[in-house]
Amino acid sequence: MLTHPAGPPVISAQQLSKHYGDVKAVDGISFEVPAGESFGLLGPNGAGKSTTMRMIGGVSQRTSGRLTIMGLDPEDHGPEVRAHLGVVPQQDNLDEELKVRDNLIVYGRYFGLPMSYLRPKADELLEFAQLTDKAGAKVDALSGGMKRRLTIARSLINEPKILLLDEPTTGLDPQARHILWDRLFRLKESGVTLILTTHYMDEAEQLCDRLVVVDEGRIMAEGSPAQLIREHSTREVLELRFGSARNTTVADELQGIGERLEPLPDRVLIYARDGEAALEQVTSRGLKPITSLVRRSSLEDVFLRLTGRSLVE
Amino acid sequence: MSAQLTRQDYALDGSKRPLAALYSRNAKAVVARGLLATRSSNWLIMVSGFFEPVLYLVSMGVGLGALVGTVEGPDGRPISYAAYIAPALLAVSAMNGAVYDSTWNVFFKMNFAKLYQGMLYTSLGPLDVAIGEIFLALLRGALYATGFTAVMALMGLITTPVALLMVPASVVIAFGFASFGMGITSFMKTFQQMEWINFVMLPMFLFSATFYPLSVYPQGIQWLIQALPLWHGVELLRQISVASFTPATVLHVGYFLVMIAVGMLLTTLRLRKLFLR
Repeated sequence: MLTHPAGPPVISAQQLSKHYGDVKAVDGISFEVPAGESFGLLGPNGAGKSTTMRMIGGVSQRTSGRLTIMGLDPEDHGPEVRAHLGVVPQQDNLDEELKVRDNLIVYGRYFGLPMSYLRPKADELLEFAQLTDKAGAKVDALSGGMKRRLTIARSLINEPKILLLDEPTTGLDPQARHILWDRLFRLKESGVTLILTTHYMDEAEQLCDRLVVVDEGRIMAEGSPAQLIREHSTREVLELRFGSARNTTVADELQGIGERLEPLPDRVLIYARDGEAALEQVTSRGLKPITSLVRRSSLEDVFLRLTGRSLVE
Repeated sequence: MSAQLTRQDYALDGSKRPLAALYSRNAKAVVARGLLATRSSNWLIMVSGFFEPVLYLVSMGVGLGALVGTVEGPDGRPISYAAYIAPALLAVSAMNGAVYDSTWNVFFKMNFAKLYQGMLYTSLGPLDVAIGEIFLALLRGALYATGFTAVMALMGLITTPVALLMVPASVVIAFGFASFGMGITSFMKTFQQMEWINFVMLPMFLFSATFYPLSVYPQGIQWLIQALPLWHGVELLRQISVASFTPATVLHVGYFLVMIAVGMLLTTLRLRKLFLR
């Protein structure tokens, strides 16, 4: 069903595992990413997404399995592979001892890029990150959102072909998120392969052509956002709130409505093709929820279905 | 942002160069970063490092020296106590600076400042980082040694131009300690383990014939101290300070050349443990 573009994958992982002692951070995951795709790893904190990212960058040694990036093993060819990677780590690791613009230039020099290229490129990226007037500021004088934008700008200094984004918009305000999504979309249009981890549904739905749902180091499902919703959820969801004391007890009285019922501590979810029709059935049984909401299914529902847990606790 | 990428852009040819996984021949970028960081934020720490051996020299050489008077120099002729301990203090300062830079500093930048995480996500390999950091440590050591030698000259403790060779010799001593220290750091996981380094360094500083000749010890202790690196550094600089060379000079220099070779080998073999956990 998947519409893979032809040609070899730029990232290929087979039975990739990383154990820390007894802890299986990544436990035998396999996936392939073709050039130009935007690929997401969706899962809660601790699912193994960041560890996978670190192995792709060749800065964490895998316990077992095979991994190639653009045809090379990042453990054997780390510097060459990373020359084409841009990395936005989950936690900003800007150089606090350098000024804002110097952060970009010095980082570019780590790639061996010449100053004649880096000077205009740094100014272009400061513009991109809306930090032009902070060029000479110290990093610790920046706000959290500014630091995030600088980290993202820094990851683009070498014009990467593959961009690894680990929770890129965590901590950003909605406006900044949308600006970033727009920039990522433009990068994707120019052919850059995006690999991103996120626990935000809307982010995954906006940005990912295809994603894997990861939990406890294993892949639970794989597909495009629409495909995953189609396979693992219904078209619509009816959310009912009866008050925290009654949500679970009322579930018995809701049996038979919709295709599936999911009682949660704070609400009851009814999965149905037609949410409004399901709501009519609820009220016809004499049940009066405090609030009701009909919405489209999202990846959150897929995750709940696959793992029995919410993504964001 | 960039021109349209095609599928051909995504196929890499792997380099067959040895150490290609660990080294991209760009240690100079790490050095450039260190110089820029020093210039813009931590030059004050640099200056404070210079004063430590000078304070020792003034208090012990001049103060204690007033009680001690003259002692027998490396060539058998009497020299002032200050002139006796000054080269030893220079060797100690070379050791301390190099060990600090290659152990605590690396440990902190690795685990807390996350500086290396950023570097290692670029084309840099861990060997680039290690070479760059060691070079910076040696550059700093060379500056301190030059300053200390100038202070010795001002105090009238330098009697021969040969004594200027103490500066490059200090760098050799520092290189030995720095290359070894970085290898040792790869075994360290906690701050408590890092404290062991100080536990070794302090007695080595006090007992390596720094403040009095080795002959005060019984034979067995002498052998133990002669096996440790600082004693060779102290003796080497002491000989250079009065231009009195013996066959032992070659042994002292040779000790450090071996230490550098073994230290760099250890560090290279342990790079993945140090930087890529």
